[in-house]
Amino acid sequence: MGMKPRLSSLLPIGITGLMTAIIVLVVVIILSNIFWFGHSHLSWEFLSTAPREGMTAGGIFPAIFGTVALVLLMTVAVVPIGVVTAIYLSEYARETSPLTRAVRMAVSNLAGVPSIVFGLFGLGFFIQFLGTGIDRAFRFEMTFGQPCLLWAAMTLAVLNMPVVIVSTEEALKQVPEDYRHASLALGASKWQTIWRVILPQALPGILTGAILAISRGAGEVAPIMFTGAAYYLPYLPKALSDQFMELGYHVYVMATQSPDVEATQPILYGTVFVLLAVTFLLNLSAIALRSVLRRRFAGT
Amino acid sequence: MVEEKAVPPPTVEASRPQEAAPRTIRMEARGLSVFYGKTEAINKVSLEMEANKVTALIGPSGCGKSTFLRALNRMNDLIPTCHIKGQILLDGKDIYAQEMDVVDLRRMIGMIFQKSNPFPKSVFENVAYGLRVNGMRERGKIAEIVERSLKRAAIWDEVKDHLDRNALSFSGGQQQRLCIARALAIEPEVILMDEPASALDPISTAKIEELIFELKKKYTIMIVTHNMQQAARVSDFTGFFLLGDLVEFGVTHDLFTKPRNKRTEDYITGRFG
Repeated sequence: MGMKPRLSSLLPIGITGLMTAIIVLVVVIILSNIFWFGHSHLSWEFLSTAPREGMTAGGIFPAIFGTVALVLLMTVAVVPIGVVTAIYLSEYARETSPLTRAVRMAVSNLAGVPSIVFGLFGLGFFIQFLGTGIDRAFRFEMTFGQPCLLWAAMTLAVLNMPVVIVSTEEALKQVPEDYRHASLALGASKWQTIWRVILPQALPGILTGAILAISRGAGEVAPIMFTGAAYYLPYLPKALSDQFMELGYHVYVMATQSPDVEATQPILYGTVFVLLAVTFLLNLSAIALRSVLRRRFAGT
Repeated sequence: MVEEKAVPPPTVEASRPQEAAPRTIRMEARGLSVFYGKTEAINKVSLEMEANKVTALIGPSGCGKSTFLRALNRMNDLIPTCHIKGQILLDGKDIYAQEMDVVDLRRMIGMIFQKSNPFPKSVFENVAYGLRVNGMRERGKIAEIVERSLKRAAIWDEVKDHLDRNALSFSGGQQQRLCIARALAIEPEVILMDEPASALDPISTAKIEELIFELKKKYTIMIVTHNMQQAARVSDFTGFFLLGDLVEFGVTHDLFTKPRNKRTEDYITGRFG
């Protein structure tokens, strides 16, 4: 009797603590490995030039540029559509209607679809259907009917739609009912209430969704393989209809298809390091924006 | 007899000032029933609100007094299962009629909530909100109305140097008067107050009550309260609700001193509730 209660209280602490330590350890190993082998390869030349000699030398600038362009374009597309959908679901749709249920089911199913399927969807829908349609309609020569920056960004946007919708809806739901009532009782219309009271309050939460989308978008390779990322391009994309290089895809290419594994390895480490850094910086700027907005709208 | 009616002596006139002034009915409920789904929360209530008077609704929790209040500016519309039978008239017009726009209605009938609910914006923006959603843009005019409203709500002196400060940084009593100022800014005809002082300390409560007394010169007020002393202090008319019925309605003084109904008497003497 004397031992048992102590053991039973120590055991949960021990197990949960151990598991947490394992997780932390894994993260530390991954990050320190990347940092250790990656940072030594960093140089201005590596960051500012294109790959050379079958990607066994040179830099990764086109891939950095492509990643940033892709993620920004994806964010611009996914945030407005996701937020508007969330506003509909949270503020207008009747919870009990079959349509609302169908939309909710679609959103949660979308979140469970493997990313390679999104890649194939992008190829089929955006490129072969939409892109080719646009080319025909405007009599373009093969412009949008091929993999390019625009369609890769759109595919990523669809992939991240559930993240943005769900986090926006959460943010909208957290705005107290009191504010809605106060606004409506002052003769504001529903839309005025949403626009002037609810959205400003929910903005930090909405940006959290955008941040999650950015993190995920910058790391996904499968959806862009068929929809726009190029194996190797000596130049930067100049239009939405150009192909582009992307860090994640570049890592994949170098890891699987390098002619000289020995020569590629340091570059690979450097690239992974930069990919993490770019994702981190994009996140950081979104977090900074969020805290500025939070201070402006909810500040004292 | 006939002579006396034709030429009433001045003493009679003076002792009955209420009958001398013309009675204007600002709002009126006729056989109003309110349902949540199939549950009846209000049962065929008829009641008149006289203009520039304070009408208090008292009764135990869950008696339907707040539901009744929220039917008057159609805040109950926000509850999907809620529907009404009967009529509510504002200046003789049915507020549930097809041609009545609920947004316009709520501009005419202001509401103060139990929990003060200023927006997390500056004092100025809180009071200006109703004006802005009404489409007012002239800065000078907005500033003028904001100042006037804050003065009428007896909070100007406390906030005039802090108009840019977040409304949430003020005390509960100040926030509630700020909410009153916000409601006054759009010049409603009627102000509905749902237990406006129940979360406040005695001093803040006294300020709100003084304010109500001042406001009735310009507005018609209905106040729901748990506090019978408060009803007795601030109101001209009182209605007693019990289980969705309006048990008794009359001049406040009469209702508290010589209630006609046994249940009213039991409640005001503290035998239940």
